[in-house]
Parts: sequence; C-alpha cells; structure tokens
Amino acid sequence: MKPAQGVIAPQGLRTGRTVLDVARIREDFPILKQQVHGKPLVYFDNAATSQKPQVVIDTLNRYYATENANIHRGIHFLSELATAEYEETRNKVKRFLNASESREIVFVRGTTEGINLVAQSYGRRFFKEGDEVVISAMEHHSNIVPWQMLCEQVGARLRVIPMNHDGELLLDEYERLLGARTKLVSVAHVSNALGTINPIGRIIESAHRRNIPVLVDGAQAAPHMKVDVQELDCDFYAFSGHKLFGPTGIGVLYGKARHLEAMPPYQGGGDMISLVTFEKTHYNIIPYKFEAGTPHIAGVIGLGAAIDYVSGIGLDAVAAYEGEVLAYATAQLSTIQGLRIIGRAKEKASVLSFVLEGVHPHDIGTVLDREGVAIRAGHHCAMPVMQRFGVPATARASFAFYNTGEEVDVLVRAVRKVLKVFG
Amino acid sequence: MSELSELYQEVILDHNKSPRNFHRLADANRRAEGYNPLCGDQITVYVKVEDDVIKEISFEGSGCAISKASASMMTDSLKGRTTAEAEALFDRVHKMLKGEVNPGDDSHDLGKLAVLSGVCHFPARVKCASLSWHTLRTALKREKEVASTE
Repeated sequence: MKPAQGVIAPQGLRTGRTVLDVARIREDFPILKQQVHGKPLVYFDNAATSQKPQVVIDTLNRYYATENANIHRGIHFLSELATAEYEETRNKVKRFLNASESREIVFVRGTTEGINLVAQSYGRRFFKEGDEVVISAMEHHSNIVPWQMLCEQVGARLRVIPMNHDGELLLDEYERLLGARTKLVSVAHVSNALGTINPIGRIIESAHRRNIPVLVDGAQAAPHMKVDVQELDCDFYAFSGHKLFGPTGIGVLYGKARHLEAMPPYQGGGDMISLVTFEKTHYNIIPYKFEAGTPHIAGVIGLGAAIDYVSGIGLDAVAAYEGEVLAYATAQLSTIQGLRIIGRAKEKASVLSFVLEGVHPHDIGTVLDREGVAIRAGHHCAMPVMQRFGVPATARASFAFYNTGEEVDVLVRAVRKVLKVFG
Repeated sequence: MSELSELYQEVILDHNKSPRNFHRLADANRRAEGYNPLCGDQITVYVKVEDDVIKEISFEGSGCAISKASASMMTDSLKGRTTAEAEALFDRVHKMLKGEVNPGDDSHDLGKLAVLSGVCHFPARVKCASLSWHTLRTALKREKEVASTE
C-alpha cells in the first residue's frame, strides 16, 4: 500500500498469494451500484449490517418461489427438500466455525438472542447468589444487559475487565478478576465501537485453567476473519447472519455439546419436544431442544448461501485486504486537523471510530450522507465505551471487502467538507 | 439553497457555537432531563415559573448542532411567555419540524424559530430538534424526571 498515491488499486489488491478482485466482487452486490442524494453510494456502515450479494437474494427468492414448506414434519416433497436444505446449512456452519459436530450449531435470531439464550438457560441453571460473570469494558449492550438481567434474577454480580486508553483490555486486571466465584466469562472477539481484536485465545486459556467456561461474542469477527472454535476452545460462540452478508433475523449460537446437553430449554413450543402429555414433556435432543417453533427457514438457507459466498472469497484474503483498507483510512483521516481516532489498539479489524473537534458526530453523519457516504454516528450500543473515552458519541466508518481506497478518499473529502460547514 | 445549507443556516451554526442561556439556573422551580437514546444527546432544562409565566429559562447538556441550536433558540423565545403559550408554540414547532406548516405563513407565529424548518428534509434529525421542547414539556408538567424522544 502506498498512501501517497491516494488510492488502493481497486481492480486487484495483492494480499500475499491471493488476489482479491474487488471490482468484480462489487458486481455481486446490486445495492452498491446505487446513488444516494445524487452521489455514488459509499457504504461504510458494515458493522451495523452488511450488504447482500445477488446469490443470497436469489436464494431467498428461490426458496419462497419453489421450495417453501415447513421442516421436520411434512411427509411431502417440499418439506423434505426444505428440511434437507435447512440441515445442510447447519453442516455448512459447522464447517465454517470448524465445530466438531453439527448438533453443536443452534440457529437463533442473532448474536443478541444467542447471548440471551446462554444467560437464561445456562445462567439460570448454574448460577447461584454471589456468583460472578466477567465481561469487558468494551462490550456491546447485548453482552451487558442479558447478564445484568441474570444477575438481578439470581443475585449474581457483574465484573468488568478494564481497558487502556488505546482500547486494549488489561489482561493482568482480568487475571485478578477470575476467582472461585467466577461462573462464566463473556467477551467480544472484536469491539464494534473501537475495532479492537481481543486476545480471546489467551482470555479463554486463563479462564479454562480455573475451569471457567467462556462465551465469545463474534458478531464483529465472523465477517472479517477465520474463526476456529476448536482451536480457540471457546465454550460458546455467537454471531449474526446479517453482518455476514446474509439475511436479517438469523444467527448462530455454537455451544460445546456437553454444555448444550446440560442446559434446560430456552423457549417452549413445537420442534423442541419429543413427547408431550399434560403431565410431563420430554425435550428433544440438541440442537432442536433450543429451536422452538417454526424457525426462520428462509433465513437459514440464505445464511448458507452467504457462507458459501464468503468462503469462496476466503476469509484470510478478506482479513488481509480489509487490514490494508483500514490502515489506509487511518493514515488518511489522521491528516485532518482536529480529528481524533477513538480506539488505537495494535490489533484492529475493519472499524474506524473518530471524533472531530467542535462538531458533533450526528452532524458529521448528516453532511457525509449528503455526499453519499453512509456511516454510523452515535454510541454504537456501547455507552460505557463512550463514557470511558469521555465522548458522547463517535462517528464510525466500518469496512467490508467490497470497499475500496477510492471510497476512503471520498470519505476523507467529505470529512473536510464537514469542517468547511462548521469552520 | 441546498437542503444541507438550509439545515445548517448561519443562525443555527451561531447558536451552536455560542448557545444562549447555556447554564444552570440556581433558583429554577421546574427542571427536567431529556435524553435521546438514539444518538446519546443529553439535556437539562431549567425553568423559573411564577404565576404561570416563564420568568427564567436555561439549559445544559451535550448534543449535535441541531439539538443545541434548537434548545438555545427555545430558551430565547420563551422568556416572559405563559406556560400555555409555550405549550401552543411547541405544537407549532413540532408541526414545522415535521414539514406540516409553511414557515412563511405568519399566522403560525414561529418568529426566529422558522430557521429550523430545514430540519423537515432530514427525518432522522427531527428528534434532535424537538428534544429540548419535549424536555421543557416534562419540566412544566413535572410528570416525570427524564424526558425521551422515544
């Protein structure tokens, strides 16, 4: 990368031995051809949700047009077809995360529901008064509030791993938090507000030395890097389909089989039972025990198409390319006077949070929008992070593999325009 | 004038940079906090009411240019008005922000507040402009401590 040139070669950036043909990749995403307010769309809000390739859109369409049926019950052609596709996606997710068995893959609505499931099922079964759950100072609200709710229900306590001013967790402090009362550790793999890649391998190792299970919030990691749950040895891993170029309303909770088997159901209803009488209900085996009611079948099958698509590009190539886009954007934005980047961890992925002296992020967002640049402005559902850095909100640009150096240049020009308006 | 420059008019940028009545009011007898959970804007409105007349009004807090300017202009325009007049003005301001009145139409008596009419082209920003007014309403009614735009 040569920042001086002002662009990253958009037609093919060489990352090691892999070439990411971004111009061709962009052809796969119909929404990227759009104009907003008369300007070409520059979509830098990928941490909120990602755009969908045509193959995912076509898969949803095909499912509803030719395969729609309920699963696990119909003795007819369509139902068998839909069931096969649904269960095949479970296998795809298993391979995607390198889980050891497909029954360790539970379909949920998203990361939030995955965490709530563990808090309410695992937490209420195994937590007692005085027990502790350890989270970090950079968690999304969805990895804070479910634990606060559990704490209130069982009289447990929330402990928080602090971070330094660059947005890196203080691991020595973390070690000190772990004790006989710690029942679970739940941390983000990648911070949605700061972009920090947390050293979850080490975090898991430390917890496991004390037999403490670990849940990883993978919402911001799964779309940007290879995840191997066996190598990490995490106990639970949750991610959302819509951030991984798939449909909204579908996500995954991975859990080690022995945990899932020991946990009570999260919700009651159809599909999660094996036998029901008014006296007693026998629950189904995992993962079905956790999939009450007709699931988001189209969403699951669409997620399968998204996983195929991303795997076809290769997450190692994605990570390398996005790393260069992030480095280039960081260098370019840093040249703007009065701009401060929030989150300067050594290990970062795809998120660039910043503030401008004298201009509220909300106003930055509005001016950028009129230049066609979509970013997020606000607290990013991580209000404690904002408090930690003493800002009410930040502007956040977040990248995907279809973004280019030219788009970063548009962002930088638009930020300069903000300064002109508020100068 | 483009929609963007209609939104960020000189008057608004000036109120953002040097907000009027931007301080605590020690002898306020009405007070409320307002909060916009979407963007994190926070505001406290202080009012001193005597015989149903707003004698003094001020605000504190942090927010975007639109919310700050709107709060500043609100305090400017309400000093000396009755609480009923303030209520009625809020209704008219709210209609203007939603694009339901023509700011050129004098019968709405929006005065200087008409410069905020550009907000109606930016639906995401209507809540920013109305936060201070919602907070004021809460303060006057003293119905609860924290106002919200939700």
